[in-house]
Amino acid sequence: MSRTETAAPRGLYATAARQSIAKLSPRLLLRNPVIFVTAVVALMTTLLALRDLVAGTGGSVAIQISLWLWITVLFANFAEALAEGRGKARADSLRATGQETRVKRLASADADHGSADTVSSTELRKGQFVLVEAGDLIPTDGEAVAGVASVNESAITGESAPVIREAGGDRSSVTGGTTIVSDWLIFKVTAEPGKSFLDKMIALVEGAERQKTPNEIALSILLTGLTLIFLFVVVTLEPFALYSGTSIPVVFLAALFVTLIPTTIGGLLAAIGIAGMDRLVKANVIAKSGRAVEAAGDVDVLLLDKTGTITFGNRMADGFLPAQGVTEKRLAQAAWLASQADDTPEGKSIVELATRVLGDDIPRIAIEEHVAFSAQTRLSGVDVEHGTTIRKGAVDAIVKHTGTDPTPVLAGNIENIARSGGTPLLVSQDSQILGVIHLKDIIKPGVRERFVELRAMGVRTVMITGDNPLTAAAIAAEAGVDDFMAEATPEAKLERIREEQAQGRLVAMCGDGSNDAPALAQADVGVAMNSGTPAAKEAGNLIDLDSDPTKLIEIVMVGKQLLISRGALTTFSIANDAAKYFAILPALFLGAYPGLAALNVMGLSSPESAILSAVIFNALVIVALIPLALRGVRYSPASASALLRNNLLIYGLGGLVVPFLGIKAIDLVVGALNLA
Amino acid sequence: MTPVLVTVLLYLTALVALAVPLGRHMARLYRGERTVLTPALAPVEKAIYRVASVRADESQSWRAYAVAVLAFNAAGFVFLYAVLRLQGLLPWNPAGIAPMAPDLAFNTAVSFVTNTNWQAYSGEVQLSYFSQMVGLTVQNFVSAATGMAVAIAVIRGFACRGEGRIGNFWTDLTRSVLYVLLPLAVIGALLLVSQGVVQNLSSYVTATTLEGVEQVLAQGPAASQIAIKQLGTNGGGYFGVNSAHPFENPTVLSNMLQSLYILLIPVAFCFTFGRMVGDHRQGIAIFAAMGVMFVAGLAVVAWSEAAGNPLVSQIVGSAGPNLEGKEMRFGATLSALWGTATTAASNGSVNAMHDSFMPLSGLVFLFNMMIGEVIFGGVGAGLYGMLLYVVLAVFLAGLMVGRTPEYLGKKIEAKEVSLAVLAFLSMPLGILVFAALSVVVPQALAAVQDAGPHGLSEVLYAYGSATGNNGSAFAGFGAADPFHTTLQGLAMLLGRYAIIVPMLGIAGALAAKIPAAPTAGTFPTHGPLFVVLLIVTVLILGGLTFFPALALGPLAEQVSLAAGTRF
Repeated sequence: MSRTETAAPRGLYATAARQSIAKLSPRLLLRNPVIFVTAVVALMTTLLALRDLVAGTGGSVAIQISLWLWITVLFANFAEALAEGRGKARADSLRATGQETRVKRLASADADHGSADTVSSTELRKGQFVLVEAGDLIPTDGEAVAGVASVNESAITGESAPVIREAGGDRSSVTGGTTIVSDWLIFKVTAEPGKSFLDKMIALVEGAERQKTPNEIALSILLTGLTLIFLFVVVTLEPFALYSGTSIPVVFLAALFVTLIPTTIGGLLAAIGIAGMDRLVKANVIAKSGRAVEAAGDVDVLLLDKTGTITFGNRMADGFLPAQGVTEKRLAQAAWLASQADDTPEGKSIVELATRVLGDDIPRIAIEEHVAFSAQTRLSGVDVEHGTTIRKGAVDAIVKHTGTDPTPVLAGNIENIARSGGTPLLVSQDSQILGVIHLKDIIKPGVRERFVELRAMGVRTVMITGDNPLTAAAIAAEAGVDDFMAEATPEAKLERIREEQAQGRLVAMCGDGSNDAPALAQADVGVAMNSGTPAAKEAGNLIDLDSDPTKLIEIVMVGKQLLISRGALTTFSIANDAAKYFAILPALFLGAYPGLAALNVMGLSSPESAILSAVIFNALVIVALIPLALRGVRYSPASASALLRNNLLIYGLGGLVVPFLGIKAIDLVVGALNLA
Repeated sequence: MTPVLVTVLLYLTALVALAVPLGRHMARLYRGERTVLTPALAPVEKAIYRVASVRADESQSWRAYAVAVLAFNAAGFVFLYAVLRLQGLLPWNPAGIAPMAPDLAFNTAVSFVTNTNWQAYSGEVQLSYFSQMVGLTVQNFVSAATGMAVAIAVIRGFACRGEGRIGNFWTDLTRSVLYVLLPLAVIGALLLVSQGVVQNLSSYVTATTLEGVEQVLAQGPAASQIAIKQLGTNGGGYFGVNSAHPFENPTVLSNMLQSLYILLIPVAFCFTFGRMVGDHRQGIAIFAAMGVMFVAGLAVVAWSEAAGNPLVSQIVGSAGPNLEGKEMRFGATLSALWGTATTAASNGSVNAMHDSFMPLSGLVFLFNMMIGEVIFGGVGAGLYGMLLYVVLAVFLAGLMVGRTPEYLGKKIEAKEVSLAVLAFLSMPLGILVFAALSVVVPQALAAVQDAGPHGLSEVLYAYGSATGNNGSAFAGFGAADPFHTTLQGLAMLLGRYAIIVPMLGIAGALAAKIPAAPTAGTFPTHGPLFVVLLIVTVLILGGLTFFPALALGPLAEQVSLAAGTRF
């Protein structure tokens, strides 16, 4: 996924720079063990350098090393602050919509509107009833219990078209911070003050409540372990050096230590996590926990609802198959006429297709009477001049209406359409059957390609539909999903999720109805539609504000990208160490064994310059990688072995080679400026 | 082809040809299936369980398994310590050898219980026949069987489908001894006797040499102990100079046989692993990673020994192999092969003086041990040690495929990583910190024989050998000093149990997880890419940890030698 990010506004950098100083507080530093250790070492070397300066025995190199160690800490803080800053702007605008207002509180759901007492929105408690009318801000989350209203939810979703909210059914949930456009609603408050969806969203985009995700915790443990190992390495180096007849200044040991511990990934780890969440926010998805985002990367099976995700919601006319002796044009004209009064999407699609087939030959006949669809006849159509009746309808309905059976060829066509998952619709004129309209589920463009990508990533797709198995199989084959569930009930869906999980697979699904709630809760990644019921939103661990079921695929990509970014920078960080040894060790041991100068493969100009250059490189690489950490490593769907090969080549081998070049370049600059 | 290449190829071919069927046999054995030996040995096995009241098919949790391992080893330690301290009162002591000193007895008991077989004593001088046979040889079997049992338990953790249990220690222990170690040891001992290795309980023989000097020739039940010392990667020689002694290793054929026995079970374990996890390609991948590192190390040693010492060549006037400290009947090649195998396999028996190898060869030996004996390694211990690196490699690089890292379908999460890091810490702690202590404490420093970088190599070697549970020594290190016997004892305990317990913990955590079936999105762990990744992880983690120390030891010695500097 290569979502291009807009450049951060200038103010953001200034804020982040200020924040990176504020983050020097030990309490905040402790959250990140590697950077905390770096700060402690920086403090120690500073004190030593100052002591030597006062005593007149110190050189400028020790001061410079101390300075760069502090800069390393600041750069790490800056990366985190910058990532956080990008969420802050959004949080501020959200906060503005959540301000205190006066609200009309009712005693009960059926109380008289006039009986409302006006209170502050902060006094609302869970279970109370509130009346909101046109122009009112909905003060907090709730469930509509009476009335129907159109609501502008743009503050939350960014979508300006109003949506309908009504008591009962799947559209009963209202969200704090949205506005009533017309009519009124009475809703029951479902969130305690400060716990509403809006509050959660603010906290999330701000990163205030950010908790480390499971994988991040595991990685932190590994990084801390590596830090401890390098502590052993560096601390024991002094006795070994003394044995070998040389003594290494503490500042140099400190420099070696900080360059060896994984400061690069340690400094960027938080930023990667925050930026990952931020990418989701940008995609208009709210993650209720970071765990869900990571789990999204691990998903093995996607359960996708057919309607709305794989196909457009409605069947559409795909072709006219005339009966023997009838031209396609005549059938199209009849179909066009029969659908004139049909306002359903299917009817409209027939008119559209007929217009395309007919061009200028649209029938110009006066329509005398529209016959609307009724449950009894299951037909619709028109009566035109001379009492001619033109009808369209299901096969058995038309057969009954005309009293004639379809010819064998036509019957064959009808059979084919049904078998391919489509719906045959017959068109008749008086007692003659003119032919059949092929109505079918139209697969959304691009969906098939998406499934191919998912398969390459090792994610299986399962289509969920209420259709009969025959229809479902046909659509599944056309869309290219791996599997399907026909005549699916919510219970069957839940059962399917459990089965997949029992085989060690992680399952993702999306849903909006209350009956989806158990399955959403059971799924490892449950994406609730924002338009859904409160129960569904409570059960899911991600909420899609756009209510777009296709988003599930994007969420998987974001999850994968997050994990890849973390792994790539960790690999890069550890691979860097090889070059640092080759820079620093010959410098430290030159006094004991001049022959070890052979290890100075970079040909660095002097021991002091070598150590200083390594420390500077170590600090600068953090800044250089901030854009990568925030943007995420480029990710295009591919098999795991291809991804591994490419990323090992770029970040593993790159991580080995880059510091050799970087340290050498810095050494040249240090030499030119006469710094060491 | 040069004779060196022919020797090596012959060796490797024979090794794999024997290890593959043995691996298959072990996989069947530990899965409780019928093996060739079942008809003969099953009644014995059943009798043992009845006497020990072991419920053979009761699978244990990792905690119960770990407690059983520790309890069994603690009891073994107490028994062995008592035997060594009381040997003066016990039978089979024709040479009238006195009881061992407390610190040396501690060191020796720990050494044999941990499958290290570090010998701070000289066998023919300080051990009675009783101590050798009832004390040491028993531990040679059961300490090896302990390592094998733990490896099997760890494999079950990876292989099992969420049951959360990792097998029964007592069963695994019994089967390891009965169906693997004993039969192979008997065959080995007979073959060695055929080559002239001594096997008796006679008194020492006094002989008059050609120069007219009187020499006491030690005797004893050597062949039986030697077979198991090689097979169980114990390495504790019957005689002080180990397999360089003509009574322990008289011929080229006996040398080849012992070299094969050193690596036989560790190599077989790779194949056992593949079979037990249900995908032999996984075992082959691990074998390949170990094999590549083994051959690379061997190439360096063989080359540097063949090239010889430039300073010596200068004096002698002709370039030639470095033969200092080597038995003439083995020469440079067979000594290089043995040295690489014995340090790779955590065996520790020697057929030449490692102290006298060229600095680069010493570097390879040191590195083999420092990375934790994972290039085939100790019986069982090598495999679970390598699985520790696998966990780390998969965790580090596995994220790069965009999923939570997993190995064999099991997710590697915070718990597994914590335990892996904990286990990994024991190597730098035991080697670097203890060696650093040894060079700052004056009393400890006195034990170091040579000046200059070689002296540091001696210290690093001693602690690398102890922590890696190898047991071989750079001569020239006075290991009998109480400071070192004690600290070495601690290093051996650390290198054994600070890895066993966390690895069993990892096995327990993994055993509770339901493996996910592999998909196109799964990190592939059987191809060449993974082999390279695993090798690089071992080299980088090991290299990063020990490179500075190695630079001041063997590397400094090498560059000084090249420059003609002497110390």
